[in-house]
Amino acid sequence: MKTIAENLIQKGSFWLPRPATQIAHDVDTLFYTILWFSVAIFLAMFIIGLVFVVKYKRTSTNTKAEKHVTHNNVAEILWTVIPLILLMIVFWWGYQDYLKLSVAPPNTMDIKVTGKKWFWSFNYPKEGINTLNEFVVPVNTPVRLIMASEDVIHSMFIPNFRVKKDVIPNRYTTVWFEASDIGIYQVFCTEYCGDGHSSMSAILKVMSQADYDRWLQSNGEDTDTPLPELGKKLYTAKACNTCHSIDGSVKVGPSWKAIYNSDRQMADGSSVKADDNYIRESVVNPQAKVVKGFAPVMPAYAGLLSDREIDAIIEYIKSLK
Amino acid sequence: MSLENNSGKNFMEVAKGLKSWLVTLDHKRIGIMYLLFVISAFFLGGVFALLLRFELLSPNQIAFTAKQYNQLFTLHGAIMVFLFIVPSIPASLGNFLLPLQIGAVDVAFPRLNLASLYIYMVGAVFCFLSLYLGAVDTGWTFYTPYSSTTDTSVISITLGAFILGFSSILTGVNFIATIHKMRAPGMTWFKMPLFVWSLYATAIIQVLATPVLAITLLLLIFERLLGIGIFDPALGGDPVLFQHFFWFYSHPAVYIMILPAMGVMSELVTTFCKRNIFGYKLIAFSSIAIAIISFLVWGHHLFVSGQSQFAAMLFSLLTFLVAIPSAIKVFNWLSTMYKGSITFYTPFLYFLSFMFLFCIGGFTGVFLGALSIDVHLHDTYFVVAHFHYVMMGGTVMAFLGGLHYWWPKMFGKMYNEGLAKTSCLLVFLGFNITFFSQFIMGSKGMPRRYYSYLEQYQPYHIASTIGSWVLAVGFFLMAGYLIHSLLRGKKAPSNPWGGLTLEWHTTSPPPLENFDVKPRITHDPYDYENMDIPNEKGMLK
Ligand code: HEC
Ligand SMILES: [Cu+2]
Repeated sequence: MKTIAENLIQKGSFWLPRPATQIAHDVDTLFYTILWFSVAIFLAMFIIGLVFVVKYKRTSTNTKAEKHVTHNNVAEILWTVIPLILLMIVFWWGYQDYLKLSVAPPNTMDIKVTGKKWFWSFNYPKEGINTLNEFVVPVNTPVRLIMASEDVIHSMFIPNFRVKKDVIPNRYTTVWFEASDIGIYQVFCTEYCGDGHSSMSAILKVMSQADYDRWLQSNGEDTDTPLPELGKKLYTAKACNTCHSIDGSVKVGPSWKAIYNSDRQMADGSSVKADDNYIRESVVNPQAKVVKGFAPVMPAYAGLLSDREIDAIIEYIKSLK
Repeated sequence: MSLENNSGKNFMEVAKGLKSWLVTLDHKRIGIMYLLFVISAFFLGGVFALLLRFELLSPNQIAFTAKQYNQLFTLHGAIMVFLFIVPSIPASLGNFLLPLQIGAVDVAFPRLNLASLYIYMVGAVFCFLSLYLGAVDTGWTFYTPYSSTTDTSVISITLGAFILGFSSILTGVNFIATIHKMRAPGMTWFKMPLFVWSLYATAIIQVLATPVLAITLLLLIFERLLGIGIFDPALGGDPVLFQHFFWFYSHPAVYIMILPAMGVMSELVTTFCKRNIFGYKLIAFSSIAIAIISFLVWGHHLFVSGQSQFAAMLFSLLTFLVAIPSAIKVFNWLSTMYKGSITFYTPFLYFLSFMFLFCIGGFTGVFLGALSIDVHLHDTYFVVAHFHYVMMGGTVMAFLGGLHYWWPKMFGKMYNEGLAKTSCLLVFLGFNITFFSQFIMGSKGMPRRYYSYLEQYQPYHIASTIGSWVLAVGFFLMAGYLIHSLLRGKKAPSNPWGGLTLEWHTTSPPPLENFDVKPRITHDPYDYENMDIPNEKGMLK
């Protein structure tokens, strides 16, 4: 997969992606606190072990254990109680931040999210905008995602925000965040959901309020990019690439290479010419005509792609000779 | 058992031929057969691991399709958990050594012991059947509703795991009875070797937790076969319920895997430091404490599944509590080296590897137990690395340590010490290269169970795959010198390491009924101060 959001590995600290919310900074503080305490204790134990191993190794003068200390109440109580206290601090600290992570403030901006094998769709209920594998939020605004799955369990993970929540069929779960930095962020599915699990990712764009308003006005649509180029973008952005190749190789679905205007064999024995209307129907209502040799598993994109986007995809498929 | 005079013959010589093994009631032979099976399972699971690591060299397809990759990691996990690691130490080393260490003739129910071996074999057959019927692609956790809907052979493998569970329960029952009833005269509870204590704690969990897994898997099978809605929301079920049921077993099962390993550690540290153990009672009781608390922490696998914040808080608290007894044990082992007289034979190198790797596993567990951090790390490679450090860095290292420690006792042969040390080093290095890189990519956001990944993660994946090759070389070397030892190895003396526990007071390999003279116990198990230290002629060249 191509890297779109650059800020996971390249930006950020050695261990963690660049934090992009206030809470993410808090989570990181605890992370590094535990890390440095662990390193210190581990090193101390390592050095003690090393000293013992060197000092008490069998030699001609040390043929027998010098002394058999079998218990020492003070030491044993200390190394029970001190770790206990440290762990209780970690516990309470982690719990407090967890509450901040999981309890959304009132007056959030709500987006409905649907997870489905293998893409994410986003619905802005007030504006009536639908997007696929990409969503946009304004910076410094608390946003809540109200999520449900249409099939198996998925999980919404935004590494830069340190948030994650399972997306479950028949139940709503929520995640909230308030992005503090404008930028492009990676969204993963982290609950194993089948063949396309690893390509079930989305992009989150955090924009200034003005840019966000402009985006809303254009109804979330990209009106600038020329059609074939837009189609190429949609091929990955709308997850068609999970199932369709463009180089002739067969994945879950048939390759798009040189299908335009060719005769397609259907499962029911008929044959259809792959013209604009056929492609449009294949996208909006894929089960209407099922290509021979494939399972009817393609999700229907009705309502998820605008007319311009469908045109763009048709133009793109045309260009694949 | 036969009445003829077997004097002078060891348990392998009293009868020969395949049949004498298949119908044997001797705990030592059953232990060795288990050993053969668990090592084969480890080999197979390892091959799957190598294949999937190979595929991950590049985010693009190299050798396998997404579906095949998913099947590979499922089989790797399922085989390693159900066929290898759960039975590994208790069923193989435990079976062989438990009666020896408590001075008994056999386990309490020898027939039941053989039955559990056969049940294990039947379970294994069902697991492998799944390979032919369309290998499962659900992950070893079989989460619903994915597992209720996938077209692969979920029923066969869950049935396999269900049957394997019975094998595990029966071994547990047998061990509990044996420990209560078969101890030699003079062996009070606090004179038992710590390996026995750990087997006891393990057996308790096996008997109490495994039925829950069995019922869960059965419900899953019912749902798939009969369409009764239990977990599948399409039928009105609740998918998260499955996760609760599953982890109610599988978290205690983590301790089924690690407790026997901890027992092995106590044996290794005393013998190779020639010193009485530090804090015997604390170690024994902490095994029991772990067994009890381990039943109450399953919810820490569900911190992001939508369970209530209150439940999450309780599970996080209990999770931190269960860490304490493990920490205590580590401190006690460390202290046992103090003022000892340490020799560095291969088993002790595995002891040291365990200490190093298990500590890293433990410390990274603290990150995962902290609620806010777990939200970020859950289902990433950080978790994968964490449990490999605990399960492989812990249990497998202890298993290998135990195998090298008791190998002369079991087979009456020594192995090549130099090669064994080289192999231990390779395994240690390979392990760290493979899994440490996974910590970093995990906390950087790389999700687990990903066939493909963002290009930016590739360097870490390459490092991890190279590590897996180093590991493989280490294990092939080990297979080589162990097979050589069986065929050509030098004869082993009865006590090559100068151990004190009872198994070292009989010949290598032991006679059919374990001891020529019935043992009588007067000392603590590791009382190097007051007992004559056995000579170590056999091992010092
Ligand atoms: C879950 C996998 C999957 C995804 C995602 C998917 N498809 Fe498909 N698609 C299929 C399968 C399987 C077929 C063949 C069966 C059928 O005709 O329904 C197919 C058939 C087609 C066809 C007819 C091809 C032919 O050879 O005649 C077109 C056109 C098409 N898909 C377009 C798209 C577009 C555009 C997208 C993205 C917006 C997309 N598909 C996403 C699985 C998928
Ligand atoms: Cu998913």
